[in-house]
Amino acid sequence: MSIELLLALPVVLPLGGAAASLILRHHARLQRAVSIATLVAILVAALAIGYGVSADGTLVLQIASWTPQLGIVLVADRLTALMLVVSSIVTLAVLIYSSAQTVSENTERTPVAIYHPTYMVLVAGVSNAFLAGDLFNLYVSFEILLAASYVLLTLGGSASRIRAATTYVIVSLLSSIIFLAGIAAVYAAVGTVNLAELAVRLDQLPDATRMGLELTLLVAFAIKAAIFPLSAWLPDSYPTAPAPVTAVFAGLLTKVGIYAIIRLETLLFPASQLEVLLLAAAGASLVIGILGAVAQTDLKRVLSFTLVSHMGFMLFGIGVTTRLAIASTIYYVAHHITVQSTLFLVAGLIEHRTGTTNLGRLGGLAKAAPLLAVLFFLPAMNLAGIPPFSGFLGKVGLVEAGIARGNEASWILVVISVVTSLLTLYAIAKIWNRAFWQSPPSGTDIDRTGAPVPALMFGATGALVIVSVLLTVLAGPLLHYTDEAARSVLDRKPYVSAVLGEDAASHLHWRIGDDGTRVEGR
Amino acid sequence: MSVSLTLVLTAGVLIACGVYLVLERTLTRIILGFVLLGNGVNLLFIVAAGPWGEPPFEGSGDPGTMTDPLPFAMVLTAIVITLGVTAFVMALAYRAWQLFGHDEVPDDVEDRRVLRRSRGRTGQGIEVGWADQLDEDARRGALATSQGLPERREADPLGEDLSGDEDVPQDYTEADEAEGEERR
Repeated sequence: MSIELLLALPVVLPLGGAAASLILRHHARLQRAVSIATLVAILVAALAIGYGVSADGTLVLQIASWTPQLGIVLVADRLTALMLVVSSIVTLAVLIYSSAQTVSENTERTPVAIYHPTYMVLVAGVSNAFLAGDLFNLYVSFEILLAASYVLLTLGGSASRIRAATTYVIVSLLSSIIFLAGIAAVYAAVGTVNLAELAVRLDQLPDATRMGLELTLLVAFAIKAAIFPLSAWLPDSYPTAPAPVTAVFAGLLTKVGIYAIIRLETLLFPASQLEVLLLAAAGASLVIGILGAVAQTDLKRVLSFTLVSHMGFMLFGIGVTTRLAIASTIYYVAHHITVQSTLFLVAGLIEHRTGTTNLGRLGGLAKAAPLLAVLFFLPAMNLAGIPPFSGFLGKVGLVEAGIARGNEASWILVVISVVTSLLTLYAIAKIWNRAFWQSPPSGTDIDRTGAPVPALMFGATGALVIVSVLLTVLAGPLLHYTDEAARSVLDRKPYVSAVLGEDAASHLHWRIGDDGTRVEGR
Repeated sequence: MSVSLTLVLTAGVLIACGVYLVLERTLTRIILGFVLLGNGVNLLFIVAAGPWGEPPFEGSGDPGTMTDPLPFAMVLTAIVITLGVTAFVMALAYRAWQLFGHDEVPDDVEDRRVLRRSRGRTGQGIEVGWADQLDEDARRGALATSQGLPERREADPLGEDLSGDEDVPQDYTEADEAEGEERR
């Protein structure tokens, strides 16, 4: 058995798990056991892929041994492997959290039997998106994860969720149609959808055609990644879903969009003419997202707006495109998946304990629930980028890269990102003061639900907090790893030669230099 | 590469109609719009396949004269996906109609908030839009009448919320409620 076969596991396992948990829908305990076991297996597979990638470089699996131009290829390089590991950790923790939650609640009337299978399908879609070696497979995986997310978002079919899902579904459908039109245009232009072959052939197109194709695909991905001005759907739809669903959406679905943009801007259209556009969109996301967060009075909505804002950091790194910028972006993506999911899980804990996430009705939680306060405080400070946490390290890397790049646009972005960090701290401090520090508003009883929070929910959230602290403790080796990932992403050659062979890779026109500019020839 | 003008024009008309319908306010029309858009984009794939040729069967002739089969495989996949999603959105529209008596797409939450606040400031009160005129029970009542059912039914089993209070109100944000109470 060759190590390449491992690449199929993160996609096949959850689909099998979905089928098994659907069959077991009347046996809640067995269903939970099956889905948790599946996710543990995926985590092991992802770690093995990570090990294999570090040892052997890029791994390629050709499904059913079709040639890469015609069949489906799954490709894993360092970037993919890191995304797979982080996403499987987060999905596992969220699933344990939600299992504990449904055990503690009255499950008689709730249609949760469908929750586990749908969640598994979502995981399959996310893994497939990270592994996809061709544009059409990427489209299919987007559709898999979106279809699952529609169901998760409308779970229970209550009035507010139907309203929220209406917006979400329409916007997602629109982005899918744009993506599909983009694929048709790409196929018409170069006659292939395989990413590696696209990298070779797109290099030979005239600039105007390249830009048209790039913009179409960029719009489709930017909607998924909730980049301003295509972000308005996110704060309306995410907060209404159950806390674990919001956590996994916030952590993973937007990052799948960012991952696609990284591939688009490095592999397909290396260091394109759109640098200023990317930086402008990043700046606008940062500023408008965080101003939105400051204006909110509901914990989940504040977090949703900070999510929009912090997508700007990652886009900033992609816009700067130097090796340091891409390395920091990859690190920041890993950091942000963990931290944002943790914060939404903590919001769920607060809701479970107090029955509300409205800051006007919360108070005194630091005294009433000190453990909860610690679980909120660590990831919140991490999000705001307080040293020595991973958020700080990622932001320092991005700012350093922006300064090193040194043109006007990146200087402006450096200033904006520092200001955004401060405003994030302000938004976090507002939550901290109102929900945890000051005494509750008179006449409110913060324990009004009287529901004890299951220890396992604390355990799952705590585990994610520990992972986010580990990202800080292991920052040295991890940054070395992301630097290697950035090197191979910018060089483009490792990816192409792994899929199509050395011969095809020698036809690549450009690579991206360490300083973020396009370098001609090999 | 020469392309068929008929196909391109048909795709253009389909996409134009689709965009028009997607800009409507009711979900049913938006679905129809997406079906048109999807078909238009599928035609683009067929345009991308190039001029037609022999059926692409292995060993049946010269591969150079065969039609490129790959775009057609993609179109098939896209059609299946569109079918599934259309079914879901129709269920969504039906559920919206069950709950609200219509399937209009709601305004942006922040937009509604800003509107309420600005009207409140100019002294017009905060009674805005359909949401204030009909409460949930009234809407259900309208539905029951239209279906010839008894006025008050037992709650729909699907309507039992998974989380109850956990929902963030979409129509009324709690800040607005407090603001309204102060004014009264």
